[in-house]
Amino acid sequence: MFEYIKKNKALAAIGALVLTAVVAVPVMAQRDPAYEAARSSGVIGEKPDGYLGYVTSPSPAIKALVEDINIKRKAAYTRKAQETNSTVEQFAFTSGCNLIMRTVPGEKYQTPSGTWNTRDSSPPVRDSRCP
Amino acid sequence: MLYQTSQLTDRPIGAIRRKMRSLTTAGLILGIATGLSACVQVTAPDKPIVINLNINIKQEVVYRLNDDAKDLINKEADIF
Repeated sequence: MFEYIKKNKALAAIGALVLTAVVAVPVMAQRDPAYEAARSSGVIGEKPDGYLGYVTSPSPAIKALVEDINIKRKAAYTRKAQETNSTVEQFAFTSGCNLIMRTVPGEKYQTPSGTWNTRDSSPPVRDSRCP
Repeated sequence: MLYQTSQLTDRPIGAIRRKMRSLTTAGLILGIATGLSACVQVTAPDKPIVINLNINIKQEVVYRLNDDAKDLINKEADIF
């Protein structure tokens, strides 16, 4: 009997480890460190149309990084637009509203007039149609 | 039927002429004064004129899609 419990404990431990790994994988989907660095340094910023833009003229590495993310974003917007019966532009714009809202102080975002602002503790300047 | 001015009024002809002359003088002075002072000032705006072409995106659509957009941003956090 004691042996059985001992064996079960070992199994439970293995089970817990496997479970942790499974649960941890989706949480691992975080920003690439280079992308995070470009955001916080203000080289790139969020645009009202739902895509990333260059605040200053980008290095080839930054350009490649932004283009890659914007292509992935467009693919995601296209998929969600089909699911929600909307256009890619409409879904991208709605996402842009949220992405600008989620910028943290120090990051850059583009205002509807086209100027780049640095986010501070006050609410960002967004399009009047944003919720 | 034609009437002379003198036939239409009981005022003497000289009085009518004087009145008209003074009106003409007053009009001329007014005209010159207006011409000298009332220049229309047109200044170009210092900010660029932005024309928003996103008229196909309506606010009600943005509100409808808002929750789906939030959901996408949370699920694919590596590209947002």
